[in-house]
Amino acid sequence: MRVAVVQFPGSNADWDALHAVRDVMGAEAWYAFHKEASLGDADAIVIPGGFSYGDYLRAGAIAGFSPIVSAIREFAERGGPVLGICNGFQILTEMGLLPGALTRNAHLRFECRDIYVRVENEGPFTGMGRGTVLRLPVAHADGRYHTTEDGLAELERNDQIAFRYTTRTGGAANGSDANPNGSVADIAGVYNREKNVLGMMPHPERASEAILGNDDGLTLFQSLRRHLGFE
Amino acid sequence: MSTPANFPGEPDSSPELAREFGLADHEWDRVLTTLCRAPSYAELGVISVMWSEHCSYKSSRVHLGRLPTTGPQVVQGPGENAGAVDIGDGFCAVFKMESHNHPSYIEPYQGAATGVGGILRDVFTMGARPVASLNSLRFGRPDHPKTPHLLKGVVAGIGGYGNCIGVPTVGGEVQFDASYDGNILVNAFTVGIAKTEDLFFGVAEGVGNPIIYVGAKTGRDGIHGATMASAEFGEETDSKLPTVQVGDPFMEKLLLEACLEIFATDCLSGVQDMGAAGLTSSSVEMADRAGNGIELDLDAIPRRTKALSPYEMLLSESQERMLMVAKSGREQEVFDICAKWDLDASIVGRVTDTGRFVCKATPGYDPFDGTGQPDPVVVVDLPVGLLTNAAPKYDRPQEERSEEASLVTMTGDAPEDLGAELVRLIGSPNIGSRSWIWRQYDHIVRDGTVIRPGEGDAAVIRVFCEDADGTREKFLAVSADCNGRHVELDPYGGAAMAVAECTRNLVCVGAKPLGTTDCLNFGNPEVPEQMWRFAQAVDGLAAACSALGAPVVSGNVSLYNETDGKAILPTPTVAVVGQLESPEHRLALGFVGNGDVIAHLGRPSRGVLGGSEWLVQHAGSLTGAPVGIDLEAEAALQHAVLELARGKLLRSAHDISDGGIAVCLAEACIAHGHGARVTLPSSEDAPAHALLFSEEPSRIIVSLSPSNVGEVGDICKRYSVPFEKIGTVAGITLAIEGVCEVAVEELTESHAAALDSIVS
Repeated sequence: MRVAVVQFPGSNADWDALHAVRDVMGAEAWYAFHKEASLGDADAIVIPGGFSYGDYLRAGAIAGFSPIVSAIREFAERGGPVLGICNGFQILTEMGLLPGALTRNAHLRFECRDIYVRVENEGPFTGMGRGTVLRLPVAHADGRYHTTEDGLAELERNDQIAFRYTTRTGGAANGSDANPNGSVADIAGVYNREKNVLGMMPHPERASEAILGNDDGLTLFQSLRRHLGFE
Repeated sequence: MSTPANFPGEPDSSPELAREFGLADHEWDRVLTTLCRAPSYAELGVISVMWSEHCSYKSSRVHLGRLPTTGPQVVQGPGENAGAVDIGDGFCAVFKMESHNHPSYIEPYQGAATGVGGILRDVFTMGARPVASLNSLRFGRPDHPKTPHLLKGVVAGIGGYGNCIGVPTVGGEVQFDASYDGNILVNAFTVGIAKTEDLFFGVAEGVGNPIIYVGAKTGRDGIHGATMASAEFGEETDSKLPTVQVGDPFMEKLLLEACLEIFATDCLSGVQDMGAAGLTSSSVEMADRAGNGIELDLDAIPRRTKALSPYEMLLSESQERMLMVAKSGREQEVFDICAKWDLDASIVGRVTDTGRFVCKATPGYDPFDGTGQPDPVVVVDLPVGLLTNAAPKYDRPQEERSEEASLVTMTGDAPEDLGAELVRLIGSPNIGSRSWIWRQYDHIVRDGTVIRPGEGDAAVIRVFCEDADGTREKFLAVSADCNGRHVELDPYGGAAMAVAECTRNLVCVGAKPLGTTDCLNFGNPEVPEQMWRFAQAVDGLAAACSALGAPVVSGNVSLYNETDGKAILPTPTVAVVGQLESPEHRLALGFVGNGDVIAHLGRPSRGVLGGSEWLVQHAGSLTGAPVGIDLEAEAALQHAVLELARGKLLRSAHDISDGGIAVCLAEACIAHGHGARVTLPSSEDAPAHALLFSEEPSRIIVSLSPSNVGEVGDICKRYSVPFEKIGTVAGITLAIEGVCEVAVEELTESHAAALDSIVS
């Protein structure tokens, strides 16, 4: 498996993603700098977390105009798997590759802690099966997913909701702080219609090793590897 | 050579102007005698800022020499941008702590944010990649009207900067006390990792080498910030807003990546960030360390505002700027890397052999005007030494605290329901959970946080050390501590306790202490009683750092922490960096398994309540006899616990500190929802509440498998450390025999809500 980790100015979880994919998963992985025109010979792309362009204007807004963006778009349109984590999710919505938008957390604070998500629909990154509950960390100020009522209905209809925030046992958040940011319908991650592009606020790459006390996140990368036919 | 000129509109220097700039009359006289002429306006600005307490350490320098700064593990001691200790295989940990107190009181978000930015730059200037930050915060009493605004602003500012740049904020400490009502403390710590042979220093070496300015453009922000940090606050403090800098963490992230990339090319001979006193102190200090001179062409300084005068450019504290000394002929490599990261870089001067700090600028020339040609004149021409070694240095008078203020033993009235008392105490702002704070910090970025905030007595981080042989994982532990109340009651003992608590925290997570950085926050040094506190505290730190094997490698002094003549509690904050031999040695603070034995390690309590949170709450003010510390016993305890951790003989370890043994046990229960049945350990004769809430040091509560009791007891005996089984992990209550029984759930709820009264 060959994975390009895109580096925008201000990306800061680029190391986290590279480490999880390369050192933990054993994949071949490299940084693709935003000024480059090519992603290299990648089987999959990760757009990591951080504060691209300082989150100035809007989180993810300016990154959508970097030179590498056309390569990402082309890769995604060809059906290549793309994972946007945290700021990467924000960038994918700003690029229009994913529906909806991410706005300031309902409580207006940056929030870093473990939360629980339930797999809602299967896809390249969620082959672990519907209903699987994962413990993953979040670390963001702008993670409140928003879309219109019609948009939400469409997500439901097309099985595009990848993850919902839940309680530890997979129960509905029901307005509790199991949903850490006030996202509509407790949405933590969404696929595009074709299901090759996934954006999610939680950080699977920071929960992929026993020494970090949690390897639930590794299941996403294992799912990707299976999807790509490497095992 | 012509006499340095004033710019149009600048007044001639005079004793009155010197006073306004913060110089004492005898210091002004000294300037005249040394220069044999009156300084120019810009020169007066340069001298006053370099001679300020903040830059010159003029009141503290005579004392700081008493701190132990050497040891086989010390790679870089005090005097550079940060200190460094060896962590094996050719790598070192580079770290420092700095205060940003005054700006944070005036504008809490930007004050705290730029404090974080400044300490990060100090570390990566050394060629180290920052891997973790801590902070030590002090606010006024919880019900002071300004406390919520200041706490929310400072925490958001620390998070805003650290989260954006992507360095995890893994821990810290906070205390609320009325003495900080008008003068909060924000001390920021960062540790980074470097290859020892690749460390960079702030030296202007190589006569003729170009000086390159990299990063943000210069504006008018923060002019005379260092002078502000060297004066007391008064009622007019609100008018000081323009002296506070504004941070741009995104710019700093670019600067960090560009710097590390530039350093790797070996095209620099020196580098220093522009921190306090900006362009002036970075050039002067670099010239001084190399024994050279520097000449600056101020017309070439990148700027973001019109009509900047030399005085303003020299004293601006605009953030996210670096000064690099490139090797002659290799400038282009610096420019290319800066272009990659979209950073401005300009040659602004060169290294000379004159030993003088010379600045030239063209009167009336402004690059923004697009008119006029540069035709610079000399505006500053001063010997470098005048601004560094020859800066004033005072051995200020000291006076021991007066007799009336001496302190008596006091235990307060025994509360009727000790269980209710514990529930209340563990829910108070100085004792309870800090999760409202650390949840606003990204404490996990970089995939290295192995013990997170709240999980152990210190944070443990995994760092990746990469060289030609591959990547090695190493494990560091970091902790910051100080309890100003104990320092106020006993400046020597209280300061020693701060170091002891820090190093004790490290052994409790399985790490060996390696080195200390300090941030000495005190009141007005011109008040003899304050100076006495300072000198005593330095001696206490020195004794403890020696006894506990953690020499001081870097630090910072912040004096004049007073408002309207009222000083803060003396607060010599220390942070210690340690290393674990193996991640398998790490220990958290919480009880983990029913049936585990709970034991008390260390000296029997005497039930001294002086300085304790409980007594302050009950007496309404700081009182009681100081608890004292026996450094020999402390060292023995720490050696024993480290050996136990390395032998994997323990399941948890948690030191007894704020709130006493009762709070220590409660926290160990709360961590994973386990109950405990214990009896209080043997003690001298004292009331139960005094034994429960005394903050006497040198005591640790551990839990262990029953099968290890014999071996643990033997090891403790070998170190002459008292070991006493006091109970077992069991049930859903904390039951202290004959004293109280409280449901862990009740403790947990109270603990979790500790800051609610301030922040919601």
